[in-house]
Amino acid sequence: MQRDNTYFLIFHTIHDVLRVEKILKKQGFTFELVPVPRNLSSDCGSCIKLNDNIEDVKPYIQNIEIDKCVLFDGVNYKEASGRPWK
Amino acid sequence: MIYLDNAATSFPKPEETIEYVNTFIRSIGGNPGRSGHTLSIEAARTIFEAREKLTQFINGKDSERLIFTQNGTESLNLAILGLLQEKDHVITTSLEHNSVMRPLMFLKNEKGIEISVIHCTREGKLDIKQIKRSVKKNTKALVINHGSNVIGTTQPLGEIRQVINDIILIVDACQTIGAYPIDIEKDGIDILCFSCHKSLYGMQGLGAMYIRDGIELKPLKFGGTGSKSESIEHPDFLPDKYECGTPNTPGIASLLGGLAFIEKTGQKNIMQRKNELRTLIVQELSKFDNVILYGNHTGNTNVPVISLNIKNKLPSEVGYELNKKEIYVRVGLHCSPMAHKTIGTFPEGTVRISPGYFTKNEDICRFLEVMREIAKG
Repeated sequence: MQRDNTYFLIFHTIHDVLRVEKILKKQGFTFELVPVPRNLSSDCGSCIKLNDNIEDVKPYIQNIEIDKCVLFDGVNYKEASGRPWK
Repeated sequence: MIYLDNAATSFPKPEETIEYVNTFIRSIGGNPGRSGHTLSIEAARTIFEAREKLTQFINGKDSERLIFTQNGTESLNLAILGLLQEKDHVITTSLEHNSVMRPLMFLKNEKGIEISVIHCTREGKLDIKQIKRSVKKNTKALVINHGSNVIGTTQPLGEIRQVINDIILIVDACQTIGAYPIDIEKDGIDILCFSCHKSLYGMQGLGAMYIRDGIELKPLKFGGTGSKSESIEHPDFLPDKYECGTPNTPGIASLLGGLAFIEKTGQKNIMQRKNELRTLIVQELSKFDNVILYGNHTGNTNVPVISLNIKNKLPSEVGYELNKKEIYVRVGLHCSPMAHKTIGTFPEGTVRISPGYFTKNEDICRFLEVMREIAKG
């Protein structure tokens, strides 16, 4: 995986964002809570900016319904086709 | 000053309640889940933590099914108005508060729903067989209080669940939650409605409800949620489906304080202390010749809510005399006209004494001394 690869995990509610935050914190993943990038969603809330590999994270959070999972390679945003889980 | 009106709202509040609110409004204060900045996220974390803790407290399975409301009344309105439809039949009891009866009567008048009221005895006892006999093909729900706000009787939820099969059990737990164990799973509760400012020791202006998985209610409010902002349609995911507009975050912070107090003190100890106070008051008042006590206070299951009257005196007169001596109780009908009809005290009502965890034995002694004077005159 490239160093500057980042995932934006967008959920329906702040409740779900915080559920994910709690889990990622417990598991020691590298992430940040950031405002949802305007080009990804018109939502006015927060999302998870993940600096770890999505495949490592997935097993811990796949029972939480996700809205969008977007890969940012430093230049372009690429949305995972379909819903990555649930 | 002696405060004996804890059934209306607990006072004083624990230090923890005050500290949590203080910290929130001094140092956090953002609008939760809206703006994406640190204070907004911190405010959202306050709500998230309270939602998780409260869900755990009642043994709920999923914290997104725990909905914050303005009060117990709003929770009951959402449960009743959001669930019942035309031609539905609902069963309730003669001990219910107007926060149950008024939305039911509204639906009866507006949509023609059918209501069966099971009459309790003057002691507050419910004939469970009669509930079973009242079940019809179109019975959608049973709405029942866990603890009476007039005579303190508690109802055996587990036994009631047994006789109603898959009918939706809506429980008004305003008088019990916090001090008495409630277990969504064990008690078979489908929708639990309560306020957070009584024995959960939060601030006024906060209520909550837990809606079991599989039950869909029609929301009562629509508006901003901080989610799906591109859409003019209200979201259908939880908890946003039932919550919108800026919430009472300071109140929710106060609830975290209340829960911390309960955890520190121990729910059993709170229950035990309340029982001691109730027993003391009932024992002593039973010795008065001209005091009528209502309900049945034998055993340990009642909440500390004691209704009484002094012969040949109006409850309002007794309340006035007590107030002059800085003893605060609630007189009248307690928003429960049917309960007063049940115990034979309608329309004058009763004098209601409700001690709390912080009530001291010497407060009760002083109260009894003043009651003796009033009863004499």
